[in-house]
Amino acid sequence: MIRFILGKLLYLVPTFLGITLIAFGFVRVLPGDPVLLMAGERGLTPERHAELSAQLGFDKPVWMQYLDFLGRLLHGDFGISLVTKKPVLTEFMALFPATVELGFCAIVIATLIGVPVGVIAAIRRGSWFDQVSMTTALVGFSMPIFWWGLLLIILFSGILQWTPVSGRISLMYFFPPVTGFMLIDSLLSGQEGAFRSALSHLILPSVVLATIPLAVIARQTRSAMLEVMGEDYVRTARAKGMAPARVVGVHALRNAMIPVVTTIGLQIGVLMAGAILTETIFSWPGIGKWMIDSISRRDYPVVQSGLLLIAVLVMVVNLIVDLTYGLINPRIRHR
Amino acid sequence: MKRLSRSLLAASALALVSAMPVAAKTFVYCSEASPEGFDPAPYTAGTTFDASAHPVYNRLVEFKKGTTEVEPGLAESWEVSEDGLEYTFHLRKGVKWQSNDVFTPTRDFNADDVIFSYDRQGNKDNPWHEYIAGITYEYYTAMEMPSLIKSVEKVDDNTVKFVLTRPEAPFMANIAMPFASIVSKEYADALEKAGTREDFNNKPIGTGPFTFVAYQKDAVIRYAKNADYWGEAPKIDDLVFAITPDAAVRLQKLKAGECQLMPYPAPADLAAIKEDPNLKLDEQAGLNVAYLAYNTTMKPFDDVRVRKALNMAVNKQAIIDAVFQGAGQVAKNPIPPTMWSYNDAVQDDPYDPEAAKKLLEEAGVSDLSMNIWAMPVQRPYMPNARRTAELMQEDFAKIGVKAEIVSYEWGEYLKKSMEPGRDGAVILGWTGDNGDPDNFMGVLLSCASAGEGGANRAFWCNEDFSALLSKAKQVSDPAERTKLYEEAQVIFKDQAPWLTIAHSTQYVPMAKNVEGFVMSPLGDFTFETVDLTE
Repeated sequence: MIRFILGKLLYLVPTFLGITLIAFGFVRVLPGDPVLLMAGERGLTPERHAELSAQLGFDKPVWMQYLDFLGRLLHGDFGISLVTKKPVLTEFMALFPATVELGFCAIVIATLIGVPVGVIAAIRRGSWFDQVSMTTALVGFSMPIFWWGLLLIILFSGILQWTPVSGRISLMYFFPPVTGFMLIDSLLSGQEGAFRSALSHLILPSVVLATIPLAVIARQTRSAMLEVMGEDYVRTARAKGMAPARVVGVHALRNAMIPVVTTIGLQIGVLMAGAILTETIFSWPGIGKWMIDSISRRDYPVVQSGLLLIAVLVMVVNLIVDLTYGLINPRIRHR
Repeated sequence: MKRLSRSLLAASALALVSAMPVAAKTFVYCSEASPEGFDPAPYTAGTTFDASAHPVYNRLVEFKKGTTEVEPGLAESWEVSEDGLEYTFHLRKGVKWQSNDVFTPTRDFNADDVIFSYDRQGNKDNPWHEYIAGITYEYYTAMEMPSLIKSVEKVDDNTVKFVLTRPEAPFMANIAMPFASIVSKEYADALEKAGTREDFNNKPIGTGPFTFVAYQKDAVIRYAKNADYWGEAPKIDDLVFAITPDAAVRLQKLKAGECQLMPYPAPADLAAIKEDPNLKLDEQAGLNVAYLAYNTTMKPFDDVRVRKALNMAVNKQAIIDAVFQGAGQVAKNPIPPTMWSYNDAVQDDPYDPEAAKKLLEEAGVSDLSMNIWAMPVQRPYMPNARRTAELMQEDFAKIGVKAEIVSYEWGEYLKKSMEPGRDGAVILGWTGDNGDPDNFMGVLLSCASAGEGGANRAFWCNEDFSALLSKAKQVSDPAERTKLYEEAQVIFKDQAPWLTIAHSTQYVPMAKNVEGFVMSPLGDFTFETVDLTE
């Protein structure tokens, strides 16, 4: 097992280097000059432009800027935002718990609903449940998130007034962040109703963010189950007279879960993409929205280091998923 | 018996009421974006100023609420020397600095603070000039303060003298701008000692109506009423900014009562807001202009007849209706009608395609094909440049001019549209910084701004026009300045370097129970006069 983990970790090094290159190159390939963007309609004299570029280090050749970037990374320096003038790492640390909290809730919702739906659809193949759920999944998969989010807000927050419109917690609750995870912090604060408020703020954005992964997981579970149900050992188990629930629950499901867990792992990346839109609609102070703002302002240090930090986050999560994969499937662990 | 029980009931009800604490009035503003920081000087975004300069700080002079007139702020009075080079400010006494968990002031506001506030921006040797790596003072530079201010001197604790290098009439309006906010020297010294200089930008200390309480990045900013405020005390106890980037979501929050006021509604939502019985909508002509700038140095746009012909070809009212959805008015001058010196006597080029065609023939231009530049972003003065360009394209086609629409990424657009050999005509606009006409005409149309690094995208250099502007900048008598700017507008219309498109209207939706909000022509959102009824 340790060798398995070490092997995985070793893989991360070239991945990491590749990401630094992509993250660095990405913003520089985009047209647009951050110094000019700061000046807006007003314009800058060429002298002032040169002065500011030099101050920000943009006057050096690009490869030198890249090496500088790598060198500073090795010292744990992720750079300073051009816009807020604050260290990128500080901003990331302040924002990423919000995204993780949202993403975690979304993936839990997607899994808790997606897997049972997929299983039932597979067992009752061709039934009305199968057809309705799989069609719904297809619709969910193609749902434009921005529109979907707004629709839910207008319905549940506007018309029905069941949920708050946006934000992470009601403004009447005010406590300093301890962990950055609002559900935990609201409990720690000891303020009455705070946890409830935080939870109610989480519902709509999690549902919106969970929509696409939920559809994917449901469909993947169904097809994996169908495949497994046709295997010899399932037929054997049935022939032995084993209870149908045990056949499905233990023999079939456990084997069917292997591709499903991979799918869930892959959804983490998809979640990041969805988080950008979801966070913007729900005024959720996370890293998705932070990235978008920084890209539109050509805030080079934030984009390159931010992408890197997000990539590390995704890699860590994927590593954890890979490890659970090993738990489910002993063949991988022992290879 | 009956009477007794009734009075008992009344007494117990009274007791109940008095036992309840007086509810603190909390006002929530659904702001549209996050502030860049809380020190106003290094930043340029209006959002940042709404969160820093306006609630927390004051300036020597301030814009009178709802106007661009300058009134006393931290300076109670001032004198200007005969030659217009020396400004002596008499400072308000007894103005208290705010305090926070790391700082308690030992003295009131005085001349040292004023000198520090300007010196840190203008003097590269000031240890606070670059107190955070990479910090710059773009507004200070853009308003030409480095070349304008010769020195800032302390006469005594409550008197400061500014010495200028040249007479500059817009100076008073300039120093009412957010970048000129007065910061505490004592606070800076304390942070220096503690080794936490960056807190100057994170935990602001000012003299303004609200004290800063906390900022949760991209989510919430909290302020409390400044009990020691020197001016009229705010009517609300707590001010909260709930940062909500999407306009549709801001409106939902407003409707749900999660906030009481919001900026920048989507034009498509205005009708519904007006009908909502729980909301009200304030409106005001914005201090802005949207224009189409021809390259007056290139053929055939160097011929004023061609420019006039194109101007006459465009149905501007149709643009107001279709693109601005009525939220704007047709522009004829380069400055908006709410600005002093606006020349209403100027006649706009009429919408007359036939006359336009004739004028083109007269100029000997046939088969003209040109580019219309449309910027890729929405701006306060222009909701949709692409759509505007399309309407112009159709109008131009009617007089036989073939137009193509080009666009670039925003930064590229700004850069390329200012390159000297640029083709065609560019859609762009401007929002005023300080209400001075020079801040429009000087920045956008003078000879000095036609060169590299300027913002004159018509590359229009008219000696007479520029001479009028220079003169208006040097005389201090407002009546005389008005006359000069009025004359300048006549030359502008006559020479037609731009097609003046529109001045957009600004809307502020708020809950019915909001009282006392005053819209600012400069687009600022300030809340010291706001109250909540019921």
